[in-house]
Amino acid sequence: MNTAAHDDHHGPEKGLLRWIKATNHKDIGTLYLWFAFAMLIVGGALAMGIRAELLHPGLQLMNPHFFNQLTTMHGLIMVFGAIMPAMVGLANWLIPTMVGAPDMALPRLNNWSFWVLPFAALILVSTFFMEGGAPAFGWTFYAPLSTAFAPDSTDFFIFAVHLLGFSSIMGAINIIATVLNMRAPEMRLMDMPLFVWTWLITSFLLIGAMPVLAGVVTMMLTDRNFGTAFFDATGGGDPVMFQHIFWFFGHPEVYIMILPAFGIISHILPTFSRKPLFGYSSMVYATASIAFLSYIVWAHHMYATGMPVAAELYFMYATMLIAVPTGVKVFNWVATMWKGSLTFEAPMLWALSFLFLFTIGGFSGLMLGIAPADIQYHDTYFVVAHFHYVLVTGSLWAIIAATLYWLPKWVGKMYNEKLAKIHFWWAMISVNVLFFPQHFLGLAGMPRRIPDYALQFSDFNWISSIGAFAFGLSFILFAYIVVDCIRNGSPTNSERPWYSAKGLEWTLSSPIPYHSFNTPPSRAQILEESQHS
Amino acid sequence: MVDMERKKITKGFWIKLVSVPILMFFFAYAMVPIYDVFCEITGFSGTTGRVEKERQYELNEERIVEVSFFASTMPGFPVQFGPKVNSMEVVPGKFYTTSYIAKNTTDQIVVGQAIPSVAPTNAALYFKKLECFCFNRQEFKPNEELEMVLRFVIEPEMDEEIRDVSLSYNFYKLDS
Repeated sequence: MNTAAHDDHHGPEKGLLRWIKATNHKDIGTLYLWFAFAMLIVGGALAMGIRAELLHPGLQLMNPHFFNQLTTMHGLIMVFGAIMPAMVGLANWLIPTMVGAPDMALPRLNNWSFWVLPFAALILVSTFFMEGGAPAFGWTFYAPLSTAFAPDSTDFFIFAVHLLGFSSIMGAINIIATVLNMRAPEMRLMDMPLFVWTWLITSFLLIGAMPVLAGVVTMMLTDRNFGTAFFDATGGGDPVMFQHIFWFFGHPEVYIMILPAFGIISHILPTFSRKPLFGYSSMVYATASIAFLSYIVWAHHMYATGMPVAAELYFMYATMLIAVPTGVKVFNWVATMWKGSLTFEAPMLWALSFLFLFTIGGFSGLMLGIAPADIQYHDTYFVVAHFHYVLVTGSLWAIIAATLYWLPKWVGKMYNEKLAKIHFWWAMISVNVLFFPQHFLGLAGMPRRIPDYALQFSDFNWISSIGAFAFGLSFILFAYIVVDCIRNGSPTNSERPWYSAKGLEWTLSSPIPYHSFNTPPSRAQILEESQHS
Repeated sequence: MVDMERKKITKGFWIKLVSVPILMFFFAYAMVPIYDVFCEITGFSGTTGRVEKERQYELNEERIVEVSFFASTMPGFPVQFGPKVNSMEVVPGKFYTTSYIAKNTTDQIVVGQAIPSVAPTNAALYFKKLECFCFNRQEFKPNEELEMVLRFVIEPEMDEEIRDVSLSYNFYKLDS
């Protein structure tokens, strides 16, 4: 495969074939983003089911087994179906335009890595209709729950995870090849915008971590069907080893979902503060350090398994260490805004809200990272509150912010600012009503993954559920805002809808042409648009 | 048009890039033996040690550790299994012998093996067995009752603060 094969372009095909045969990075980005949105709605619907059951104590709507299927599938769909594809979709749209490339390096691979996704999702969701129901062992699928005691549909789940892993690995290889080879020849690595940097580092996390996930589900598969005993104690295996291998993937995975979000925020805050990003190079180094540390802290998810004290201490200190580069990032974002001329358009509101709420999630993460304290918090709603603060008000917030920030450039039309602000405040208030009380529930001892609870938890659960329904509804408005912008938005009156925005993507005409940079941008242009002052 | 000045993707670059995920896939499998070695060195997961022959340790007769014995069988394993005595007071450094009793409750031949686990974790490393039925597969004739011997020592290097150690066996079925 080489780039010369794609020399001649004829513009997009018409109709459905345009999407099936898509090799253009923008078409594939669009596919990824709509797919992610569809999965967000599916995963969100499952979450509504969970919160409806938890509205009152007692069992009202479903039996515990079905409730377990809901929590499991909600987690899997949101992680692998919504957040990750949305980030890859943004990468497809933005990276070639940010590094001055005509397209992604490997367009056909790109097509393939998208088109396995809908089938993987279909296989995963179809398990609901199989005998024995969908996987019900939690999204972490701990053995032996997922091996000896799992429903037959687990083999379909394993196959779906393999496909999703393939998709992510191919996507990551494509991004690495694009950034390292298709970059404008005049662009040095340290001229690259932060979204590109964070995605490059994320890609290395992906090719390192996703194969380990593939390995662990393959072991599950052979344990279940071919008589091996990796996780079966009766055959000399060890279920605790499952947790080690799973979290060796699982911890880098959480940074796979958050690092691109860091990149997005590093673009939006400078634009609406009208100042260059503070501490560009320290941002790059901080991202790389977080990525490195993410590989050596996995067992902080396993304090309750009875590890030796020395191991608990090591994993605790290593975990605390991650707060340092993350703190550098938060400091840099705040310093970027310091004495800036701030305005509060919708993308800026989302970015600011990210800064506050992600930091809350980060702090609760530090609390959980303290081994002796975690024995108390382990598997309670405090954990649920923590990872929803970093994933919903972290990753998802950044995805929404990025959509509103770059959509006017992509389609050359402006979204409805008033509606976007209403949507922001609606989501911002409801998400806190939804997740903040879960901290209290967890500290009071309510375990996660249960369909029924003791009476003293009733009030906070009721509040949380009401917040959940309001938050769920807010996505209808978001879908309307996006569709309304694409169809009826007023044309933007400049190539830079945000006058203060910097970056090579803004030098292209609006809407962005089908092929981005036919000739690479010059050194002067790159420096003019770079993030460092 | 792709500009000619851009870098070409070389074959070496490809090989390097694709070999990372392939290597990481096998790394997941490599974690299995790594984990075994890790358990042996640290006693993590209750992995007990083994000694080849009896030797003399420095003794402190004042120091007493209580060892409790537990037993369980995997579901579907038709053997009644339990320790002969529930607990013993032992002096670290001395060798002791005790036994477990197992009875086949069916009139068929049953084959199984027991796996030991010691708690607390930081005692597992110093709990050494000279002789143990858990080293071998056990065959039960129909309705046979077996007395299975265990000879062990707790090494005096074990943390002085540990006063109670429990040893449990889980008996599981082997396909004969």
